[in-house]
Amino acid sequence: MRALVWHGKEDIRCESVPDPRIEHPRDAIIKVTSCAICGSDLHLFDNMIPAMKRGDIMGHEAMGEVVEVGPEASGKLKVGDRVVVPFTITCGECWQCKRGNFSLCERTNRNGAMQEKVFGRVGAGLFGYTQLTGGYPGGQAEYLRVPCADETHIKVPSTLSDEQVLFLSDILPTGWQGAVQCDIQPEDTVCIWGAGPVGLMCVVSAVLLGAKQVICIDRVPERLAMAQANGAIPINFDTESVIQRIDELTDRKGPEKCIDAVGMEAHATATLDSIYDRVKQAMMLESDRAHVLREMVYVARPGGVLSVPGVYGGLVDKFPMGLVMNKGLTIRTGQTHVRRWTDDLLRRIEEGQLDPSFVITHKVPLEQGPAMYKTFRDKQDGCVKVVLKP
Amino acid sequence: MSMTTQGGMRRAATLPRRGTAGRLAGQLGWFSLGLGLLEIVAARPLARQLGMHGREDLLRLQGLREVVMGVGILTARDRRPWIIGRVAGDAVDAALLAGHAPHARPGSLALAMASVAAVTVLDLICAESLRTEEGDYAARADAVRAYATRSAFPKGLEQSRGAARDFQVPRDFRIPDALRPWNAA
Ligand SMILES: NC(=O)c1ccc[n+]([C@@H]2O[C@H](COP(=O)([O-])OP(=O)(O)OC[C@H]3O[C@@H](n4cnc5c(N)ncnc54)[C@H](O)[C@@H]3O)[C@@H](O)[C@H]2O)c1
Ligand SMILES: [Zn+2]
Ligand SMILES: [Zn+2]
Repeated sequence: MRALVWHGKEDIRCESVPDPRIEHPRDAIIKVTSCAICGSDLHLFDNMIPAMKRGDIMGHEAMGEVVEVGPEASGKLKVGDRVVVPFTITCGECWQCKRGNFSLCERTNRNGAMQEKVFGRVGAGLFGYTQLTGGYPGGQAEYLRVPCADETHIKVPSTLSDEQVLFLSDILPTGWQGAVQCDIQPEDTVCIWGAGPVGLMCVVSAVLLGAKQVICIDRVPERLAMAQANGAIPINFDTESVIQRIDELTDRKGPEKCIDAVGMEAHATATLDSIYDRVKQAMMLESDRAHVLREMVYVARPGGVLSVPGVYGGLVDKFPMGLVMNKGLTIRTGQTHVRRWTDDLLRRIEEGQLDPSFVITHKVPLEQGPAMYKTFRDKQDGCVKVVLKP
Repeated sequence: MSMTTQGGMRRAATLPRRGTAGRLAGQLGWFSLGLGLLEIVAARPLARQLGMHGREDLLRLQGLREVVMGVGILTARDRRPWIIGRVAGDAVDAALLAGHAPHARPGSLALAMASVAAVTVLDLICAESLRTEEGDYAARADAVRAYATRSAFPKGLEQSRGAARDFQVPRDFRIPDALRPWNAA
């Protein structure tokens, strides 16, 4: 089959690789009908997260049709079912899964020992996301092997298009969890850093959950235009002062809830501290650029909540812990517990409450995937979200 | 509230001609221009400090290169190739400094070397960030217009505000009570 394969920094190729087979009785094989490139994939494209291996298959946002089912998965899945695949692989039985912390599943990371050395403890296996999270081949391919398939799937009705349900795999529940972590109250201002696909899903979720005011910060005008179309007040950090605008909009109180939908690769020339971070990164003295975290800590209303769906990979420097402590801030973060939210979100899509397909700007064959990585990262051609058709 | 939104609309729709990396590039352009002129005008004293007696013309040539770079950066629509050119120039500068090191005044040499290193780092960061900034502005303006109507809400924005208030935030996702009145029921 054809798949997008990682070969190194900025080097992803569409190649022929062996078809996946059932390896375990709980496996299923999916014929992928649609898959997408995620902002998290860009961290791998830029080689910011270690432990990718040459030859690893990319992708963790995929859906398709079940073509083969292992004997232990056959109770819940059958050939022909149409499913979206959550990016977190979950066993459904362990201590964490029982608590709904699916992204922390204690059993599905087959390279758990390796992750334990680095992180101290183990989290779930993820598709196409480094050897640390299990080294599972990803979904930017014609076929995908889904481990623990009896638990790791979302069945979707044929009345909805691929585009309407594909993002249940990741960015929609990620934006939703980002907002839910804020426990939004009707009098809250929710301020979201980043108007990429995840930031936009945060905007949509915060609006649906009834925030008084939603603010969204980015520098890419067309992304801000989308944020605004969905109810956010845009702030362009290229042309205006973020702190000053937030002060104006919150009567100098600061937003009660802040969401970081940017992560470790904040724009490197935006501020002095970002330049500083970039220099330290180049000298291997830190791994992540923490500008957004610092800014959130600084502007948040005391007692407020910082929700961090943005991905960080390792060490950050100059983190103002004194402010966090003295302002009594709460920080909530984590990879998304996808399945915990998807039944509810699917119902909302079916009822016509929301339609996440609005973010798709590019729909291309899988072969064009490698070029689209660059287009997406560099925000060329108005690119916001890429869907690939194998 | 709707006034603020209107204000926001105006802001989002104005395309900044230059982002932060573009502005940094501009500063590097002025730096090139200044340094180049200095190398041309003060070639003799500079040469003495850097151990390049008799090679004043070489210094002036480098100065000319800097001036060309500076003008290029400041006038180009796409500044990125010019900034990458600066990185190459930095390498030439470092090589020249190193080549004449034995005859240079140690203090001046160290200062010059450190400056070249620092500005090289800035050039590299600038070139990297420009990737996402120097796009096609016409296409960008089209995208801004086209995306301004892309909505996630089939029932319309105002109808959708708070539409999911029926959602029960799970107990483990409720925030500490810091933001609620402490004696509320
Ligand atoms: N927690 C999870 O499970 C999960 C799931 C999916 C994605 N993510 C993470 O979410 C983040 C965003 O993903 P995406 O797909 O939207 O990626 P993206 O790269 O398209 O979006 C990031 C956006 O942030 C903007 N930005 C950069 N610097 C900024 C700054 N200083 N202030 C404000 N905005 C800034 C960029 O212009 C860009 O539009 C990534 O880190 C990704 O890894 C996390
Ligand atoms: Zn993702
Ligand atoms: Zn589990």
